[in-house]
Amino acid sequence: MTATFEHSRPAACPACSVAPSAEELAAWPVDATLMLSLPGIHCAGCISGVEKALTRVPGVRDARVNLTLRRAAVEAGPEVSAEDLCEVLERAGYEAHELDPGVLATTEADRQGRDLLMRLAVAFFAMMNVMLLSVAVWSGAEGVTRDMMHWISALIAIPAVIFSGRPFYVSAWSALKARRLNMDVPITLAIALAMGTSLYETILSGHHAYFDAAVMLCFFLLGGRYLDHRTRASARSAAQELAALEVPRALRVGPAGEETVSVAELRAGDIVRVKPGGRIPVDGRVIAGQSEIDRSLMTGESLPAFAGENSVVSAGEVNLTGPLTVEVMAAGQDTALHRIADLVAVAEAGRNNYTSLADQAAKLYAPGVHILSFVSAVGWYLYTQDLRVALNIAAAVLIITCPCALGLAVPAVTTAASGRLFRKGLLIKDGTALERLAEADTVVFDKTGTLTNGAPTPTDLDHLPEAAARVALALAQGSSHPLAESLARGLAGRGVRPAHVEGLREVPGFGVEGTWRGERVQLGRAAWVGAAAPAETATFLRIGAAEPTTVTFADTLRDGAEDVVRALKAQGKRIVLISGDTEAAVTRFAARIGIDEVIAEALPQEKAALVAELSEDGARVLMVGDGLNDTAALAAAHVSISPASALEAARTASDMVLTGRSLAPIADAMRTSVSARARIRENFTIATVYNVLAVPLAVAGLCSPLIAALAMSMSSITVSLNALRLK
Amino acid sequence: MDILGLLIPVSLFLGLVGLVAFWWMLRKGQFEDPEGDAHRILRDDYDDRPKS
Repeated sequence: MTATFEHSRPAACPACSVAPSAEELAAWPVDATLMLSLPGIHCAGCISGVEKALTRVPGVRDARVNLTLRRAAVEAGPEVSAEDLCEVLERAGYEAHELDPGVLATTEADRQGRDLLMRLAVAFFAMMNVMLLSVAVWSGAEGVTRDMMHWISALIAIPAVIFSGRPFYVSAWSALKARRLNMDVPITLAIALAMGTSLYETILSGHHAYFDAAVMLCFFLLGGRYLDHRTRASARSAAQELAALEVPRALRVGPAGEETVSVAELRAGDIVRVKPGGRIPVDGRVIAGQSEIDRSLMTGESLPAFAGENSVVSAGEVNLTGPLTVEVMAAGQDTALHRIADLVAVAEAGRNNYTSLADQAAKLYAPGVHILSFVSAVGWYLYTQDLRVALNIAAAVLIITCPCALGLAVPAVTTAASGRLFRKGLLIKDGTALERLAEADTVVFDKTGTLTNGAPTPTDLDHLPEAAARVALALAQGSSHPLAESLARGLAGRGVRPAHVEGLREVPGFGVEGTWRGERVQLGRAAWVGAAAPAETATFLRIGAAEPTTVTFADTLRDGAEDVVRALKAQGKRIVLISGDTEAAVTRFAARIGIDEVIAEALPQEKAALVAELSEDGARVLMVGDGLNDTAALAAAHVSISPASALEAARTASDMVLTGRSLAPIADAMRTSVSARARIRENFTIATVYNVLAVPLAVAGLCSPLIAALAMSMSSITVSLNALRLK
Repeated sequence: MDILGLLIPVSLFLGLVGLVAFWWMLRKGQFEDPEGDAHRILRDDYDDRPKS
């Protein structure tokens, strides 16, 4: 649908000289770097193909592809626009979208990631060195040598733990302040207790010090935290990236004439001009002009609606035939936020509170660990009357039970799975989305723009008489209305030659008319031509006083739509098609693609209600939709997917977003998610088994630092390796 | 055992060198496109004029 999604282009300045002056260059610092999203690239050939194609464009100084992020950064002069570059790449065979570099300055997430990585590196450095020193102690160093090893370990470990463990302390502190327990509380306690008792033991030249365990704990947990961060950061940048896919600009009519401004700068009361083919950037009222508007993204109906003076138009609708002058009633964040907030807030209130597998584990885990360690400390104190022994045991129990492997169990699998799905063209925006996708048993599809491209093609050109076809072609060529363009393409493709029609004139909002052999000919809306109101997408041709001829249109299927429906059926899922479009259009389409359950003419509320109803009946619903009318349903569903061409609101509301045009990754995602959930469960089992084996030793006071180190590293490594088995 | 007095500082120093090297790589952005760099090295497009 990206094709029908033309952004209103900034008007090319006619006075622009070929060589822009120095001031002009200086006044354009912001757009010097253009960012393109390239969801389809995957190999070395693509890198050089894209870079070569881009550098050949005049005005491009440098182009660099980032294969990991599937992006290209292009340094170019002001005369180069991202849309031109996208076109160049499309012609070279690479799917490309424009990104807003301003939005993509994700310095915050980058900084956090680098910060975590640095802490991870420090923890690794400290762990390796302390471990080497500990080997000496484990292999039987005695007296002064052991004390020296302990002291050096302490000197390395204390600053390292203070620096690298900071994320845990901060999180634990904020949890405690809110009187909650989270995973970080036992972690912080374990680190603090281990460091404290070890330092105390070292001062008294005791036998056991857990410096290595404390540092190792930090390292493995930070590893899990870093993977988690990467998944979440890529999800966040995904959301931003897709928000950036539509770079909204508007043509503002000011006292000084028309100027292209960013939608964010518009205020209520401003006047904007919307050219034919452009998207309406704001909510507003038409004050001049007549046209037809395509509301399919907002309501799902594929039939364009009339817009004249005083009609109310909303952001996201596409202006089709005539220029409109619109007075802004609400702009930018106000409109979008307001409507999404209303619809989505209601829907989300109804959404089941999903507890992720990790949360379920943590809920059982955190209190258990504290109780266990406290009970064993009290028990040993009563038994030996020695506080030092009791504290040592408590520290050992906390270290052994500390959720090293648990901290890795989910992030390792999610990282592996989301990396795999990203390569296939699916971005995961939410950490628990995979788990929820694995549970889905019912799939609800939206029609327009999701299963179809949202671009109509004429269906019954065969029964059009030769003369009528020729007149229709001549008239259709005179309009930029999507139905007219599609009709013209269809007829020209059949070798029809246009008739000689004189006085061709477009009547904005109604159609095209002209004179052919002395008779008035019209192509356009039913009411204008004098035909009965249609039940499906259609346009009407009238020659002279004759009865109007109907030309009906149907949407084309999106890539992979049929395959996905077939694959999901084979997996035993229940499939429902719901659309705001007319009954006739929807049923015919459903029969073509092979879906039995169909609901047509659904309002946005009804879509959300249907999803809620299905959920109440015990179904886990996967909603796939793209329009604003789907937003509430997307938010209400157990898990949701939207295509890249969807409205920003829909993409924000959904858990996963397709990056390319094809729907095929959905079936893959289903398979991968089931496999991922199985791996996560296995990982929890593995971690628990290690704990069950080692905890009795710790409680019994038989746990040496060596056993603690072994149990911790073995379980973490097993869990990570298991995650890599993901298919 | 006196050799420990030499070996421990030496091993710590080497470890620190590694840590600083990692920090430097992080700052130079060498982890920004690992996948692309892995592929890029196999192409001869930029042999004569390396891409910065």
